[in-house]
Amino acid sequence: MSTLTDPPRASFRLSQLIYDTRYRSITIQVVAFILILAGFAWLINNTVQNLAALGKDFNFGFLSSAAGYDINQMLIEYNNQMSHGRAALVGILNTLLVAFLGCITATLLGVIAGVLRLSKNWVVSRLMAVYVEGFRNVPLLLWIILIFAIMTESMPQPNQFRGAEPTASMILGDHVAVTNRGIWIPRIGFTSSISGNESVAPIDGAAPLATGGLDWLLIFGTLALSLITIRFVRRRSDRIQEATGVRPKTWYQQVAILVIPVGVVLIALGVTVVAPYLKGFNFIEGTHLRNSLIALWIALSLYTGAFIAEIVRGGILAISKGQSEAAFALGLQPGRTMSLVILPQAMRVIIPPLISQYLNLTKNSSLAIAVGYMDVRATLGGITINQTGRELEGMLLLGSFYLLLSLVISGALNFYNRSTQLQER
Amino acid sequence: MAVSESEMETQEEVKMNKTVFFGGLAIAGLAAGVASAATLDDVKARGSLNCGVTTGLVGFAAPDANGVWAGFDVDMCRAVAAAIFGDPTAVEFVPTTGQTRFTALASGEIDLLARNTTWTFSRDTDLKFDFVGVNYYDGQGFMVPKALGVTSAKDLDGATICIQTGTTTELNLADFFRTNNISYEPVPIETNAEAQQQYLAGACDVFTTDASGLAATRATFEVPGDHVLLPEIISKEPLGPLVRHGDNEWGDIAMWTLNALVAAEELGVTSTNVAELGAAATDNPEVNRLLGTEGELGAMIGLSADWAKNAIAAGGNYGELFERNIGENTPIGLARGLNAMWTEGGLVYSPPFR
Repeated sequence: MSTLTDPPRASFRLSQLIYDTRYRSITIQVVAFILILAGFAWLINNTVQNLAALGKDFNFGFLSSAAGYDINQMLIEYNNQMSHGRAALVGILNTLLVAFLGCITATLLGVIAGVLRLSKNWVVSRLMAVYVEGFRNVPLLLWIILIFAIMTESMPQPNQFRGAEPTASMILGDHVAVTNRGIWIPRIGFTSSISGNESVAPIDGAAPLATGGLDWLLIFGTLALSLITIRFVRRRSDRIQEATGVRPKTWYQQVAILVIPVGVVLIALGVTVVAPYLKGFNFIEGTHLRNSLIALWIALSLYTGAFIAEIVRGGILAISKGQSEAAFALGLQPGRTMSLVILPQAMRVIIPPLISQYLNLTKNSSLAIAVGYMDVRATLGGITINQTGRELEGMLLLGSFYLLLSLVISGALNFYNRSTQLQER
Repeated sequence: MAVSESEMETQEEVKMNKTVFFGGLAIAGLAAGVASAATLDDVKARGSLNCGVTTGLVGFAAPDANGVWAGFDVDMCRAVAAAIFGDPTAVEFVPTTGQTRFTALASGEIDLLARNTTWTFSRDTDLKFDFVGVNYYDGQGFMVPKALGVTSAKDLDGATICIQTGTTTELNLADFFRTNNISYEPVPIETNAEAQQQYLAGACDVFTTDASGLAATRATFEVPGDHVLLPEIISKEPLGPLVRHGDNEWGDIAMWTLNALVAAEELGVTSTNVAELGAAATDNPEVNRLLGTEGELGAMIGLSADWAKNAIAAGGNYGELFERNIGENTPIGLARGLNAMWTEGGLVYSPPFR
């Protein structure tokens, strides 16, 4: 029979680093870490040597020198005497604009298409399948260029709106002009703007109209207050319903709270709708949605929407059939079953992949290069680099911008994701 | 037993593979690839010249129906290749856009950039390039459809203008409109083909670039007569080939090849008589020095004695290149103007070959 002996004395041998499973993982990690560090060192060293060989230095001073070029779409004030940094900011805002618009429309499209693809109506579900497969399986760049080409080649020129017998005319009661240079839609102006009305009057003798940030702040502030008040009203209704079983009718109160304060503010500011009109070479006044923005926005929305549709469909299918059967047993209509029972649960499955779709859309917006949309890649990463010869600095800044933006988007959505997850105890 | 033997073998194999794996990782190379300063050696070792040209501008650089590049800038590349290798076809043409050209040159992807590039102070100094001369004296112009009835660039207030991004024209345009206190809407485009498509579709009212480029573009239109060039020339655009700063030997080769083509026109050396003139010393000492029948100019720049002879034989002298590609008898129809020889009232001039 065996006798108990002391375990052998742990004497550490070097070979244990590889052959002993207790140490092996540490060895591998250390080696990998050293290799990664060496890789970085090599990259940096290579960069420094190459910069030296080219006689270039590394500094960001170019950002404060005058840019010298013009940008067509500006969300903030900019002219060609302002700095490269300012031009980069204009580009950043343009990127954010198209990413924001794209995310909203892609989500709407995706949710609708995803739900409809599960429809029992054969025609509807097949149509959605065609949409999803069509857009998902053709490169985004082609869609961008296709939409841009359609806009440029088949829409009328501004010139055709002119003369006694124009060959093209504005639509929606002379308020919207669809041209091959983009779409002009009416803009909202304020006759007694609190930001001041220094801007030039568009028509001789007409009152100057400004659209100031302060005005919008006031309007949206009022709107937010109204919404908060409405929430209070609803909570009160909830309490009454819980206590008495009868929900008081408050919809007219809610509508009044929503509409009246904003209406008063709008009237006080003297809100006016300014329709675009043809003057000189182009339409002026109104808001100009350029071809490049439209092509990029529509293509990004349709393309990402197709992916989101699949995510939504997957999320809905992940919910057990018993849930909808239970809802039907309670007498809920299919629409309310979807919005009250299925979608809230499906959100838990949908949100994580949705985040990566938003990130994709944001990064794909740099395909703007194909249609000359002046995003941050075109200003900072294009013209500025070209005029100043600061490829390395420009590309680093550009890369860090996209990285930062992606981290912010995924951070915000992860926060939302946590709030929709099951609270397990 | 056979089974245990094979087991042992497998184990040994695993052990050996591990060793190889770790060893391989440990000796991961740390060699840094630094841009070489000796471009001529690199070009000779490669056996061909990498020359950056436009993505397509008829007359200056565009592939023909057979895919063979032709044009004024292309011939400059061919002349340099001929000077080095004696073979004008030893060129790899790299199409570049206004935005990619400088990065391509700075990174060493191309050895020479001959792409209607304007010689400016900041490009020569801050961007670390060296312009080797001017092969076309140009200025920025505007092209508009005749139907618009515009007669002056100052009438263009509010116009939509197609402009190639990353060019000097973009900056000149901004300056011109600012100083004249009028406004415009820029439509940024990448290539000349894109500009042409947008302009013809009426997505922009005006196309602006170097006047030579406008003429070349207009020549490819179905009805060139429907479009006019406005009288204003708003800038000086001395276009020339350029190389990276810091390799003066290489810069000298490009510079003196260009000068050789100019001197050849001045001295009456053409592609037809160059073989005859270069065969034996003539009674003109400068022709002799240029063609290598006297003196050792070739050796001074590290090339063979007949380098200039080869360069001229490749496509002809400066005047021949001009007339064949963009001259008055071509569809582009540019007059010599500023680009005539200095002896004929132009600006084209070569330092002496001595």
